[in-house]
Amino acid sequence: MVKIDAKGTYYRDLNRKVREAVEKGEKEIVLENVNGQYYIGDGLRGNVSITIEGVPGNDLAAFMDGPTVRIKSNAQDNIGNTMNSGKVVIEGHAGDVLGYGMRGGKLHIRGNVGYRVGIHMKGDKKQGPTIIVGGTAGDFFGEYMAGGLLVLLGLDGDGPIVGDYLGTGMHGGTIFVRGEVDKEMCGAEVGVMEPDEDDLKVLREALSDYCADLGLKLEDVMSKGFKKLVPVSARPYGNLYAY
Amino acid sequence: MFRSLAPPEYLATIDRVKCIRCKRCIQNCGWGVYSWGGDKILIDTFKCVKCLRCYHYCPEEAIEIKDNPTRFKQNAYWGYHNIRNIKRQAETGGIPLTGMGSDLPYTILFDNLLIDACQVTNPSIDPLREPMELRTYLGKKPSSVKIEKGKDGKLKLAEPAPPQIKLEVPIIFSPMSYGSISLNAQKVLATAAKECGIVMNTGEGGLHEDLIPYRKNIIVQVASGRFGVNPEYLNAGVAVEIKIGQGAKPGIGGHLPGEKIPLEVAKTRMIPVGTDALSPAPQHDIYSIEDLRQLIYAIKEATDYKPVSVKIAAVHNVAAIASGIVRAGADIVYLDGFRGGTGAAPSIIRDHLGIPIEHALAAVDDRLRQEGIRNEASIIAAGGIRSSADAAKAIALGADAVAIGTAALITMGCTTCGKCYTGNCSWGITTQRPELTARLDPEVYAERLINLIHAWTHELKEILGALGINSIESLRGNRERLRGVGLDSFTLDILGVKPAGR
Amino acid sequence: MNHDYQKDMAGCGLTGLISRKRRRVSGSHIAKSLCLMTDRGNGLGAGYAAYGIYPEFKDFYAFHIMYDEPSVRRTVEEVLKASYHVEKIEEIPTSPVRAIPISPLLVRYFVEPLKEKLVGDVEESDFVVSTVMRVNSEIEGAYIFSSGKNMGAFKGVGNPSDIAEFFRMEEYEGYLWTAHTRFPTNTPGWWGGAHPFTLLDWSIVHNGEISSYGINKRYLEMYGYKLTLLTDTEVAAYLLDLLIRRHGLSIPVACAALASPFWKNIDRMDDGERDALTALRLTYGSALLNGPFSLLFGHSNGLVGINDRIKLRPLVAAVKDDVTYMASEESAIRAICPSPEKVWAPRAGDPVIVGLED
Ligand code: SF4
Ligand code: SF4
Repeated sequence: MVKIDAKGTYYRDLNRKVREAVEKGEKEIVLENVNGQYYIGDGLRGNVSITIEGVPGNDLAAFMDGPTVRIKSNAQDNIGNTMNSGKVVIEGHAGDVLGYGMRGGKLHIRGNVGYRVGIHMKGDKKQGPTIIVGGTAGDFFGEYMAGGLLVLLGLDGDGPIVGDYLGTGMHGGTIFVRGEVDKEMCGAEVGVMEPDEDDLKVLREALSDYCADLGLKLEDVMSKGFKKLVPVSARPYGNLYAY
Repeated sequence: MFRSLAPPEYLATIDRVKCIRCKRCIQNCGWGVYSWGGDKILIDTFKCVKCLRCYHYCPEEAIEIKDNPTRFKQNAYWGYHNIRNIKRQAETGGIPLTGMGSDLPYTILFDNLLIDACQVTNPSIDPLREPMELRTYLGKKPSSVKIEKGKDGKLKLAEPAPPQIKLEVPIIFSPMSYGSISLNAQKVLATAAKECGIVMNTGEGGLHEDLIPYRKNIIVQVASGRFGVNPEYLNAGVAVEIKIGQGAKPGIGGHLPGEKIPLEVAKTRMIPVGTDALSPAPQHDIYSIEDLRQLIYAIKEATDYKPVSVKIAAVHNVAAIASGIVRAGADIVYLDGFRGGTGAAPSIIRDHLGIPIEHALAAVDDRLRQEGIRNEASIIAAGGIRSSADAAKAIALGADAVAIGTAALITMGCTTCGKCYTGNCSWGITTQRPELTARLDPEVYAERLINLIHAWTHELKEILGALGINSIESLRGNRERLRGVGLDSFTLDILGVKPAGR
Repeated sequence: MNHDYQKDMAGCGLTGLISRKRRRVSGSHIAKSLCLMTDRGNGLGAGYAAYGIYPEFKDFYAFHIMYDEPSVRRTVEEVLKASYHVEKIEEIPTSPVRAIPISPLLVRYFVEPLKEKLVGDVEESDFVVSTVMRVNSEIEGAYIFSSGKNMGAFKGVGNPSDIAEFFRMEEYEGYLWTAHTRFPTNTPGWWGGAHPFTLLDWSIVHNGEISSYGINKRYLEMYGYKLTLLTDTEVAAYLLDLLIRRHGLSIPVACAALASPFWKNIDRMDDGERDALTALRLTYGSALLNGPFSLLFGHSNGLVGINDRIKLRPLVAAVKDDVTYMASEESAIRAICPSPEKVWAPRAGDPVIVGLED
């Protein structure tokens, strides 16, 4: 294990140190006193685990392919942008536009997230991204979603757990929301239904990993019902244009 | 002896091999071009106006309507229309009439304006998935509002707000009276207006009882003829419009001949069958601006203060006139540019009087702002809005909404042949002949008009999205997002628009 | 030609703090927060505004004026002396900084309008605003960049730390601070273009581009504002002045006009509230700030943070003891407040409004 003190370190220098450590074959890296450094773990490959103490800056784990990053506090915006594989675990809250265009790997967030989380996620038969949010989410959750799995748990309270325009423009993938979903808040392209046995299996599998990461009990999380959101048409705008 | 020294404009031709003598063309042509000769269809091509009804209804595609190759010699100065009108005048001594808006090649400013789009420094917005608001309210806006906290902690108005007309899209249908168009055509407009959350306008022909179910989507018009006007009528719609003038014929009255006043039209206009319905050139109770004020307030009193719109033609001094109208208490100023359509107008008037809507709109919006009264009235721009792009440009120049007439009629089959004044419209639009109006099934054609409004709605949202704004009020008057191409600096100055590249 | 202007475009980072108990903190504090976000700017503009810094002159308007040329100073001073009692004139203290080789002449004036000049029902504040408008639009080479009481703006072309050092921000103590680092895309390299932008005791820092600028500008012109800077921030400042000071809207209502709720949400409110919000939106449609923005505005009694209706620009808020922090990034807050009691990201269009305790 190697510790890197990030205090007062400019992001370029910090990220260079991280990359060098990974190249040396380091399997565990702890970044201490991080505050605001951008782009940590960007484009990083391999089987390394990075623990971050402090609040990392925007664009963490963009294009990341393999590593596991654990953030012990809150995190900012644009995490997991177009991420390919690997995992980011956030023990606190996180900001806007998480997992934009993500194609694989996992984002596990214990707290709340901001606006436009999980937008345009994509998946295919081989791989699919997963984002699980323990708290609440802002508007445009799962906008343009084309594939993968989004789960919103709302574990911490009884207020509304999701914002407006949920899944607007969705044309693939699945969203699970723990509790009830107001159809008014959903995009026009979204159908709300009860999960079936197979769905629950998928959910249980995803959540076991999430719970393990964040020290939660699976039974507690599964104790409440879920709603499943899927697109009602793969071509929601087929009639929009005149030919 | 020749029939006319003006050769026919079009040649209606039938491929005799293809023709199966089904006679549908005879039935369909409102102008009586075709007749049955015992063994074949006879053609009187002088009467053809190229409305293309026969063409669409010929099951064998045997019909072709050609521009007559035997025309006057081309002359860059003596245009076809000049020579033709002289010949017609020589034959009749009359004023050549015409329908629709002017088709002469004056500069079209809309086509010299281009709209901005976002790149990098601000993001465009995705209109299909994110909120994009086109809702528009027409009416007087206070310059400020008083809002207080209620006992429940929620905000509430301290003083009531002036009445408004709510539009889901900043597009309305321009006034077209029953008489100038058929009841079925009005029903198409009403049905589409209701479905799209916008409004149609009765024009000055009164309100037929069949339209009463659509009253929440109707503006009733009061014009110089005062046809069909009574307190019930005034209260029948969401607003009342006083028509002063029309872009296609500013300063000119109307004349709907007695032959075109069958029972239903007469009833609606509240005049006897068969009399001429005359709309005087001026409103005879308005000889000055203070008279207009009186009429406006009389109508407000009679309607418990519904919004009042005043429609004027765009003329040279339009800015000052509009300012007077606003100060006289109008809630809406409807500006009709010189390209605006008409059911019937002398072509000499239509083609030579007034100014384009682009100039008029820019001047009026500027003037009202200079005087600090822009909020006192909404502006509707009309007179040649051909597409959602024209609409967007008009709104950016300062309009609250645009009105469309011709574009709506085109969805009903109109080809802008311009012969509306004959009352023979083969498409059943500008006619009262029952066999012709019956063709225009309101339900079927409303669908097409609704499609048009929906399509323009989508296009407007795309434009806003590209501009990076999600609400139409941020485009309204936002001339910073327009640029002129090929316009001289005077014109740019009037439009308040920078040249492209600046 | 009124429309023939070149609009300024810029990206940025912002930060601000307020002590509700009016505890004054040094400018080095806010500079530290701002400097963390240096990369959100490009070194072509930074600035600070502080409240509570001139206690000994708190009853006088503090005009901070920049002169591109020392020669215009006379003209401006004549204008001022004709209408104001001038309590004190001094050059704003600066330190030499290598990265800032040239700067305008910076002078501050503590003034009070002469009573006899306030004829009729002219409000003192309107009178001061008209002086600012007049000097800024009519006197070439002079620019009043701060005009409030017991507050001041300090800004220029440079990066956050250079500007802080140049203006010796550590020597000022305020209970409310806003600060800004700038990323202009078409730089006139003009000091007045930096933020915070201020008018009377309003100070605004702003991130993002206001796509509705054109109509906001024309709307303000209808009320006599002269937009000389051609920046979005100027528009925001004048709109606040119009809505809050002149039209008497409360801060939350003014915020609901500038970043109004969507019709969809207004339609779902109960009658009274729906009517109020509808009327508000109709009346202030041309004041709607559309496009991506987050902004902080300070005034002598509080600090407000707000962002656009669909959250295209970031804003984070935090609280510790009696201090509320707001910034573009959480880390900028943590740079000066490592362990806040509460950190949150305000919802789109939902203002964070903080007032002083007294
Ligand atoms: S239907 Fe129209 S196009 Fe056909 S012949 Fe008659 S006028 Fe001409
Ligand atoms: S409404 Fe009829 S007559 Fe008038 S232009 Fe259109 S098709 Fe021709």
